[in-house]
Amino acid sequence: MAPLGPSMSAMEPILEIRNLTKTYKGGFTALRNVDLDIRKGEIFALLGPNGAGKTTLIGAVCGLVRPTGGTIRAFGEDMHANWRTLRARIGLVPQELATDMFEPVLRSVTHSRGLFGLPPDPARIEGILKSLSLWDKREVQIRALSGGMKRRVLIAKAMAHEPELLFLDEPTAGVDVELRRDMWKQIAEMRERGTTVILTTHYIEEAEEMADRVGIIRAGEILMVDDKDAMMKRMGRTEAHITLAQPIGTIPEALSTLPLTLSDDGTTLTYRGGDGAGQGKADVAQITKLLTRDGIDYVAIDQHESSLEDIFVTLVEGGLESGSPAA
Amino acid sequence: MSLFNARSAWTIYKQELLRAFRTAMQSILAPVLTTSLYFVVFGAAIGGQMQGGMNGVNYGAFIVPGLLLLTILGESTSNASFGIYMPRFTGAIYELLSAPVGVGETLVGFVGAAATKSLILAAIILLTATLFVDYTIVHPVYALGFILLVSASFSLFGFILGIWADSFEKLSVVPMLILTPLTFLGGTFYSVNMLPEPWRTVAMANPVVYLVNGLRWTFYGTSDVSIWVSLGLTLAFLAACVALIAFIFRTGWRLRN
Repeated sequence: MAPLGPSMSAMEPILEIRNLTKTYKGGFTALRNVDLDIRKGEIFALLGPNGAGKTTLIGAVCGLVRPTGGTIRAFGEDMHANWRTLRARIGLVPQELATDMFEPVLRSVTHSRGLFGLPPDPARIEGILKSLSLWDKREVQIRALSGGMKRRVLIAKAMAHEPELLFLDEPTAGVDVELRRDMWKQIAEMRERGTTVILTTHYIEEAEEMADRVGIIRAGEILMVDDKDAMMKRMGRTEAHITLAQPIGTIPEALSTLPLTLSDDGTTLTYRGGDGAGQGKADVAQITKLLTRDGIDYVAIDQHESSLEDIFVTLVEGGLESGSPAA
Repeated sequence: MSLFNARSAWTIYKQELLRAFRTAMQSILAPVLTTSLYFVVFGAAIGGQMQGGMNGVNYGAFIVPGLLLLTILGESTSNASFGIYMPRFTGAIYELLSAPVGVGETLVGFVGAAATKSLILAAIILLTATLFVDYTIVHPVYALGFILLVSASFSLFGFILGIWADSFEKLSVVPMLILTPLTFLGGTFYSVNMLPEPWRTVAMANPVVYLVNGLRWTFYGTSDVSIWVSLGLTLAFLAACVALIAFIFRTGWRLRN
């Protein structure tokens, strides 16, 4: 499914984080001067390795973690000063399957709505449970459900008070491929209903599939935040290996301006370049034309486009070479 | 949004009561059965052999307030401590912490439910006691007020215990190793005036003595200590618990990272 483009209202920040720092009692600093803006109506994916600070960042916004420094503003208001009104507009699906497992699904989700101070709305709860394929299980104790269904219950609980901003911490961790795709659909539908979604994930494919924008965090620092497509365009690369029918001694003069290397045995030309927006593919096509023109025969082309995962690995392992401010 | 959300508080309260009724065998039947056995053994069997009773009260009737208090202290403490400890243990507390819920709603919900359950138990035990002993309540309004006060105070204490504990062992160590012995030694089965010195003075250092005697006064109009001293100490204990819980919520101690 292709992510929908952000609407005009999507430019408004729904969440503004400035200089957010969290140092735990033992001295471990989980967040270092994090600046981040989340736009209204978008799906934002926060990517990072284990221990990068993703869950701490979510916890700081949702009231589970007390920041050491910095400010958080949601819906234009200061979270610290107006926590009651602002928390009522925010939902959280935690990473762990943490809830009273002995409660039936319907009662548990109804409880969540009441906890946020809202009057009962059976029709609304029914709608949520049906949208998550949980209605048939409404009287079943949560402990009797499969892992994937338990995670859906947590999503239903988080949706029960109709949040405008929803945090999903590793929403598809441990669920099978089919269910994961189903959840992507659910998340896309939430956004279509006007909910801003911030998700953390280990599955880069997930961010690639759903997110409008992506933020990459490492060791408590935001390395980069950008539109996913812009990031792919800016940092994406094409890699092509052209296996020649006969070895050659040097790279032909006509190809000397392109980012090509020749293997030691002279049988493979390797291209690494492009811009993630089609330039690489065009270069490879040009190379094949020039090889044919010069009478150099080739027997195979193995071409690969950078995925978001490649960019993520490059950033996280290699550090930031070119980034954009976290806005 | 106002400073107190009654619907949130009611939601927590209702959930906690439902949890108690879900485990009715353990949370209601067990304490009633245990207390009934005390009435049979101490009240009917041993008490029947004691001529003259205690301070002019039949021995079986004399131990009713103490046994009632034993149940109220234990159940209030363990209910409230378990109520807040379990979501901490399972991680489900994230929902409470991320909700627009403050110290007021949390206390009314958790502590109110624990106190309510204690009151229900107290009523059942008093009814059960009529099967074994003949007792009266001279000051029923004071009795109800005192039971309410003690239930609320020890539910608050249990709530603090549930936040402090980081293991099931710690959760049970205070009720089992401190509260129960103090209650047994606090004049449940005897009058502290029967003790020789210096044991009488030592016994007066036990705070439960004042609770047992306070409740006993509401039943029979007589006790080893003044009702006002009992009432004052109980109120002071309640105020200290409230202050400590307010501090815990302000600092996030053991609740927020």
